[in-house]
Amino acid sequence: MLAKIPELSLVLLIGASGSGKSSFAREHFLPTEVLSSDACRAMVSDDEANQSATGDAFDILHYIAGKRLARGRLTVIDATNVQPEARRSLIALARQHHVLVTAIVLNLPEQVCIDRNIGRADRQFGRHVIQKQIRQLKASLSKLRREGMHQVIILSSEDEIAAFHWTRQPLWNNKSDDHGPFDIIGDVHGCFDELHALVEKLGYHVLQDSTGTYQIRHPESRKLVFLGDLVDRGPKITDVLRFVMDAVDSGTALCVPGNHEWKLLRQLKGIPVTVSHGLQETLDQLARKDNAFRERTKKFFGRLVSHYVLDGGRLVVAHAGLPASMHGRGSAKVREFALYGETTGETDEFGLPIRYNWAADYRGSATVVYGHTPIPRPEWLNHTINIDTGCVFGGRLTALRYPENELVDEAARRVYTDPIRPLNFHPVSQLSAQQVHDDVLDIADIAGKRRVQTNLMGTVTVPEENSAAALEVLSRFAADPKWLIYLPPTMSPAETSQESNTLEHPMEAFSYFQHQGVAEVICEQKHMGSRAVIIVCRDGRVATRRFGVQENSLGIVYTRTGRHFFENPDMEQAVLDRVRMASETAGLFERLQSDWLLFDAEIMPWSLKAQDLLQRQYAAVGRAAHIGLAAALDTLTQAARRGLDTADLISQITSQQTHAEQFIAAYRHYVWPVGSLNDLKIAPFHLLASEGKVHMDRDHLWHLAQLQSLTAADSALMMSTPMLRVLVDKPGSIEAGVAWWENITAAGFEGMVVKPQPFVARNSGGKLIQPAIKVRGREYLRIIYGPDYTAKENLDRLRHRALAAKRASALREFALGLEGLQRFVAGEPLHRVHECVLAVLALESQPIDPRL
Amino acid sequence: MLLTITTTYSPATELGYLLHKHPNKVQTFPLTFGQAHVFYPEATAARCTAALLLSVDPVGLVRGKTRGDGLVDQYVNDRPYTASSFLSVAIAQVFGTALAGHCKARPELVEQRLPLEATIAVVPSQGGTPLIRSLFEPLGYTVSATSYSLDEQFPQWGDSPYYTVRLSATLPLYQLLNHLYVLIPVLDNDKHYYVGDDEVAKLLRHGDGWLEFHPERQLIAKRYLKRSRHLTTIALSRLVPENVDEEPSSLTPENQVPSLHEQRLMMVVEELKKHESHRVLDLGCGEGRLLRYLLKDPSFKEVVGLDVSHPALARAQERLHLDRLPSHLDGKVTLLHGSLTYRDRRLEGFDAAALVEVIEHLDLSRIPAFERVVFEFARPKVVVVTTPNAEYNRLYPSLPQGAMRHKDHRFEWTRQQFADWAQKVARRFGYAVRIDGLGPQDPTVGSPSQMGVFTQHVG
Repeated sequence: MLAKIPELSLVLLIGASGSGKSSFAREHFLPTEVLSSDACRAMVSDDEANQSATGDAFDILHYIAGKRLARGRLTVIDATNVQPEARRSLIALARQHHVLVTAIVLNLPEQVCIDRNIGRADRQFGRHVIQKQIRQLKASLSKLRREGMHQVIILSSEDEIAAFHWTRQPLWNNKSDDHGPFDIIGDVHGCFDELHALVEKLGYHVLQDSTGTYQIRHPESRKLVFLGDLVDRGPKITDVLRFVMDAVDSGTALCVPGNHEWKLLRQLKGIPVTVSHGLQETLDQLARKDNAFRERTKKFFGRLVSHYVLDGGRLVVAHAGLPASMHGRGSAKVREFALYGETTGETDEFGLPIRYNWAADYRGSATVVYGHTPIPRPEWLNHTINIDTGCVFGGRLTALRYPENELVDEAARRVYTDPIRPLNFHPVSQLSAQQVHDDVLDIADIAGKRRVQTNLMGTVTVPEENSAAALEVLSRFAADPKWLIYLPPTMSPAETSQESNTLEHPMEAFSYFQHQGVAEVICEQKHMGSRAVIIVCRDGRVATRRFGVQENSLGIVYTRTGRHFFENPDMEQAVLDRVRMASETAGLFERLQSDWLLFDAEIMPWSLKAQDLLQRQYAAVGRAAHIGLAAALDTLTQAARRGLDTADLISQITSQQTHAEQFIAAYRHYVWPVGSLNDLKIAPFHLLASEGKVHMDRDHLWHLAQLQSLTAADSALMMSTPMLRVLVDKPGSIEAGVAWWENITAAGFEGMVVKPQPFVARNSGGKLIQPAIKVRGREYLRIIYGPDYTAKENLDRLRHRALAAKRASALREFALGLEGLQRFVAGEPLHRVHECVLAVLALESQPIDPRL
Repeated sequence: MLLTITTTYSPATELGYLLHKHPNKVQTFPLTFGQAHVFYPEATAARCTAALLLSVDPVGLVRGKTRGDGLVDQYVNDRPYTASSFLSVAIAQVFGTALAGHCKARPELVEQRLPLEATIAVVPSQGGTPLIRSLFEPLGYTVSATSYSLDEQFPQWGDSPYYTVRLSATLPLYQLLNHLYVLIPVLDNDKHYYVGDDEVAKLLRHGDGWLEFHPERQLIAKRYLKRSRHLTTIALSRLVPENVDEEPSSLTPENQVPSLHEQRLMMVVEELKKHESHRVLDLGCGEGRLLRYLLKDPSFKEVVGLDVSHPALARAQERLHLDRLPSHLDGKVTLLHGSLTYRDRRLEGFDAAALVEVIEHLDLSRIPAFERVVFEFARPKVVVVTTPNAEYNRLYPSLPQGAMRHKDHRFEWTRQQFADWAQKVARRFGYAVRIDGLGPQDPTVGSPSQMGVFTQHVG
């Protein structure tokens, strides 16, 4: 026989010892699909016949089966399963995972089992054991269905067993192969006029042939999806039914049932139901139709499937929504949820049940579109959206265009039924449902070892201890997570120069990019300040609307660890106001069609944020060197006057003195007092994001050009970033690049950053390459490697620097930073953005030479 | 780094015999961290000066170490220029015989009191001139200390921590050397690069005969034996360099009233017992001081301690011996790493939560998130919150006007501010609240700490 077994099911083999279950399982299923009680006995006790190990063996069998079913894998249980209690626990397990159960009974004559058992070397059961098992099996046969088996296959002879074969049956709800595109329509409730208008608005051609059958076509072969609750309450229920049934029958539409269809179906089947909630309206209208229509309706409803999984698993539709653990599953509980949702057991002030907000806990990747509960306007929450906008109550009939995720609606012609709870009873918050939900993030979404999927680099793994360190920093110091949509990546220096009298030189950076197949690079002057991310909003309302931040704010300036850059909020707002006005003057909001902008910038002077470090470390070391070396020189000179040979020591100390003075000069470049805003300098170098866009597809020339217009608009506060284009395969151009670097570093600037011209660059092998490489000046490096680093004996040792870890981090953080931004501009839930931010910080906590 | 020792004993050149270093030679000795040079800038019968000059190799210092902690092991380091424990090491190696009080050539001079002057060219003093005086004057030295500005170009930065110190006294040379050996690292009070198990023995040996009578002996011992910071703070300090110094200053009010915290904990425990809370949360448990009470008290059946700091949890685990509790306590306490600004389902369903001196460590802007995490999501039946009473600060003489008690405090509330907040939270989340003072009551400013006890409305 050919059996059809649901592709996702728990298969119980039932048969006495010696009935050939194991051979049967081996022949028909993958070895990994079969869980055998004998194998489990052996796993826990080294003896597959050890009956005293049965309890432990079934514990692990259930555990593994549970994990497989949770992952949606077909699982076969190879055990006798002749006792109802053995089956009961497995059926319960299947129910827990919303999986169908198929029983395959190997119902062989007693003698066959006994003979086979005698032939087995490893195990000898007494005849009475097998006889008892067979008695239990026979007694079970008639009960299996009632126990909750979806399908019972009984094979009663060796011939039947030999003739058995099977195919995997996709579940009815699995329409992964249907890629639409779809137009999903919320609860219609007999509002035919609005439905007709909406469908035409969506671009469908609707015709009725001579028999009155609807012919519905979309020029781009789109499909309609109805979310149920077509019937009850409204004025033209049978028209709606006719329209939907014709569309579904002709393949232009899909439909899932609502609770109203389910009740009507029972009524049509003659099961007594309470006629309420507008059912009478349907019954009256149906009574005016002929019997054939009623029969057609009954049949149509009987065939409806609780929910559909569409578009390769990326889209799920169900009347009342569906949690991820139920997607693509089939059980009574799944159907219940899809039809009614769940309630908390409490009721609101109108006596209506309070619904369990499953969408708040939803973390699936599939978009879930649902209806059932009328709301004033559809809102996204964690990739789910309710589009029942209460047309029959005088609201609107709404459609979601998928995959475009655009909403199209049609206003109700009038109020057909008064709702128990007014449609817009809940005051409309200034924040979106997602923003309200994101007020407090759930630690489970971000903590622990993370595997973050990025568009640029695939999976980036974050070790648990680093993620813990990042969580601490975010919790103790960082600004509101709603603002933290990006953290900047670390940047690697050039390979260590082996020839020059310093550690870094432009040649290594140019040659890196040349080897990676990049022809043109942009050299940008490296500002010596503190890294800052600036989010500027056009006005205070934007902070609330787009970022969900309640206080009236123009944005934020934060550090590379997510902390407010300015301790004084008034100073922060004053800076933002200036940046806002400059952006306005430069026309950036207009040009980018955005109410907010995100800049990556450096804020000078360094002493503003690093005052403590400057005093405690740099000035202190400079001072100690100054006094200590002078005293040493003095004493040595005195000794020399006595005729002692201190010449070598004197020359050593003298050169240390020169280095110390150079060191002091180096740090003094980056210090100036800040009394007011006018003492600050902001140098933006990336315009990273604006509404709907991460500007990673624009090259650095574009970024610098936009920023040029910005800094020109307020040159008192902002400065542009000087740059030079270098062709890395043209010697003349390289020479010019080196000379440029020499000039700016001689003038006391930190150095330069070399970037490939495209923002995101890959080599010929398709691999992401460093987005930027810094080449720091000889004098600047003195404050990194110490005053005397240029002494030959020191340089020779310092040249051994390991860059690999730094470069790996730079790439990962770059990919993670942009990933977070992409998720933000795509309107994803905040925890998905925060995951990236936390990952960048976590990678920054890894032990990497801090001087790189 | 330079140390000179001068004598005007006659003949002064006897100093060469005592130090075992010839006045007419320039000698160089290799050390693990560089070189020591000994020479005499003056050597007449009237006056003789020996100089000990150290060349510290800053690159070798950092590169030699297997895994630096990234902040202390800087190439930019004052160690090459200032007197520190390196100088002690050099004294022991180069002047070892003199330090031990031996001299074959002039044995009679060993115990003889000589007019001596030692000059340390640069030494950091974390405690300024008073510390220098308090260390050396009790030993009979006349002390002169010259201070320096940090950077003359930026006078607003004030003084540097460095001093040139001149010490003069009449005493045996070996005593001077031993004093320097012990006290220079104490002045410096920076991380020691070579702290071994034998440091206690060394301290006792070099302090023999004087340290036990020194009025500052406790400070000396504590600083001399200072250990490097625990490695666990490293990941954090990499991210937040401004937060490196975790050690609270010894002058904080909390330390002056050592019993306050214990009082606080006992009152919180009483409060929890009064409400018959069996399953309790200690949110922001730190190193587990409250957990210790909760663990011991049999009225608590299940205790969860949560903290955002991994190192603190590791210390709590260690201090409470959680891995070797008797079986009746085994599993009673669970430690969780988590944060009070993120919803955490592991905290749901408890009878009570204690937050002892925790909220003031959160930025004010994050307090609304914290409120929801505790009162809306975790929602224990009872919540006990304690926080400092800012009004009481004026009774701490060491605390400057307007300063807070701990540098990580983001705010400290007056009684009115705390009461307003507590009432607002209680109203919003359906709790009743009672507020009490914690610690001794002052008629005008109240108690040092304040406690809010929130109890959930039933139904």
